[in-house]
Amino acid sequence: MEATAIRLQGLRKVFGETTAVAGVDLDIADGEFFSMLGPSGSGKTTVLRMIAGFESPTAGRIELAGQEVTGLAPFERDVHTVFQDYALFPHMTVEQNVAYGLKVRKVPKAKRLQQAREALADVRLEGFGARRPSQLSGGQRQRVALARALVGRPRVLLLDEPLGALDLKLREQMQVELKAIQREVGITFVFVTHDQEEALTMSDRIAVFNQGRIEQVGTPAEIYERPATPFVAGFVGTSNLLEGDSAQQVVGASGTYSIRPEKIRVLKESAEADEPEHSTATGTVVEVVYLGDATRFLVDLDAGGRLTALQQNLETSSEDVAAYRGTRVRLRWHHRHTFKVPTPR
Amino acid sequence: MTSTAQAAGRSPVRRLAGTLHRRPRLRLSLLLTAPLLWLAVLYLGSLAVLFVSAFWTTNSFTSEVVKVWSTDNFHALFTTPVFRQVILRSIGVALAVTALSAVIAFPVAFYTARIAKPKWRPLLVVAILTPLWASYLVKVYAWRLILSQGGFADWMLKPFGLSGPGFGLFATIIALTYLWLPYMILPIHTALEQLPANLLDASADLGARAGRTFRSVVVPMVLPSVAAGSVFTFSLSLGDYITVQIVGGKTQLIGNLVYSNIELNLPMAAALGTVPVVVIVLYLLAMRRTGALSSL
Repeated sequence: MEATAIRLQGLRKVFGETTAVAGVDLDIADGEFFSMLGPSGSGKTTVLRMIAGFESPTAGRIELAGQEVTGLAPFERDVHTVFQDYALFPHMTVEQNVAYGLKVRKVPKAKRLQQAREALADVRLEGFGARRPSQLSGGQRQRVALARALVGRPRVLLLDEPLGALDLKLREQMQVELKAIQREVGITFVFVTHDQEEALTMSDRIAVFNQGRIEQVGTPAEIYERPATPFVAGFVGTSNLLEGDSAQQVVGASGTYSIRPEKIRVLKESAEADEPEHSTATGTVVEVVYLGDATRFLVDLDAGGRLTALQQNLETSSEDVAAYRGTRVRLRWHHRHTFKVPTPR
Repeated sequence: MTSTAQAAGRSPVRRLAGTLHRRPRLRLSLLLTAPLLWLAVLYLGSLAVLFVSAFWTTNSFTSEVVKVWSTDNFHALFTTPVFRQVILRSIGVALAVTALSAVIAFPVAFYTARIAKPKWRPLLVVAILTPLWASYLVKVYAWRLILSQGGFADWMLKPFGLSGPGFGLFATIIALTYLWLPYMILPIHTALEQLPANLLDASADLGARAGRTFRSVVVPMVLPSVAAGSVFTFSLSLGDYITVQIVGGKTQLIGNLVYSNIELNLPMAAALGTVPVVVIVLYLLAMRRTGALSSL
């Protein structure tokens, strides 16, 4: 068992009449890249702010490396934060921004400037030290914020949707870089995001938040392939649920079932109905969405309900797939991809 | 054909609007002529007349202006001890009022912008602005009553075995500070209100206690607004001559010299009048370097 970097016990936060966090228990291991995933207002940012010390919990307990820090001020915690809007000091140069935490801790000037330069080199911003934050692009500011938070080598780094303001290309690039930096420095990263793809690609483990509670904690594969609740199944990946009558007919048992769109094959209706270890369902294509590398088919099942199927465009073009609209099709997928979603009693 | 028919059917106002829309230069010249005339003729023109007349002289018997070019007035400004003293005193008063205003305004603005409950903040700003609605003279005479012998200040300080400052230089500084304080509070209030809470969080997150955050983040970020406020307090104080007449005792500032010279020696008064203009221009240039003018 690895050492625990962060332990949350019965954490609650109430703002006036609204309960932002309604009881969270969580252990985050040392050196882990841990994501908190959830829609806005699900309490993930509030949990992060409580770990940082910006908010004090209404109830519950926060431990960092085995020591209780629940009542401590932000400057008493060995935790640094990368803010959503970066929160760089506009009146300081990039280098002064990065060296600020060291200056506060009275690191001698020569040493802190050297460390600041090294930190800027780590995020590939050599030579930018003398600039002002206002002279940098969004991606560069983001990396300055990262360097500023990392330079003091905190035990835990908290990242509050740090990639939210970047465009898609830059975001994908930063995802890879963040992950590489995390592996290099070996610091525990707690990453808040509402982007399920981001969470899946970067994290060692993910906690899915909903309405102030954690719905599921697990590795990306566990979260994606074996969602513990209908909410997780819907929020992570495309919602593809079979319930009630249609589940009875297609799967042959009652309950709620989740099938990932890329596991479903779209065939002609006349295709062989029975194939061992496979489920099948017929229906009508109501919508075809051409995505470039793939096509998404929305199919209304004869048994009731709607499934989304994702097909790689191996040999098909946009004209080919458009012809599918309104046609009858047969969907087929392997039994092992039908996953029973536990429904809360 | 239809387009002409449509054009004929339009009202003259619409046609004019259309013409103006198509001719941006005409629009601009119509818009700017009046204010530019005002600025050039009335404002810059009068300044030029002031400056030119400072180089004239007067007949010492009749006090009539003699339009003979001479730099005697400016020479007198720098060599006459009284003039030098009064100029330095005026600048000193303006600086003292500015410093005192900044010291008082900062905590007030900090309270109104960050500590007071958000719903009270607009009300507090109105309260700060209210004195500006009252007559200048009423306020200064109020200070005369406060500072007069046996007045409120004396009465307040008596239990401590002290007495009020009486009329004089110090009284002038207090009264001017009172008069111009709102002009200092307001920009600082705005700057503090707009200070992102995230920056304060970030500072604490990086290990800074409240005092450090205040010194390293709050003050430097608000400083341009202090400088902006100081432009008001400094220039208004430098140009004032009524307050000092009412509560200043025998104290003289530039304004008083201008006033007393206007009848007897108009060119000398003009030469004295250029001093605050030059000082304020220098002050503005200095403030521009702090970035204050962009936060006005």
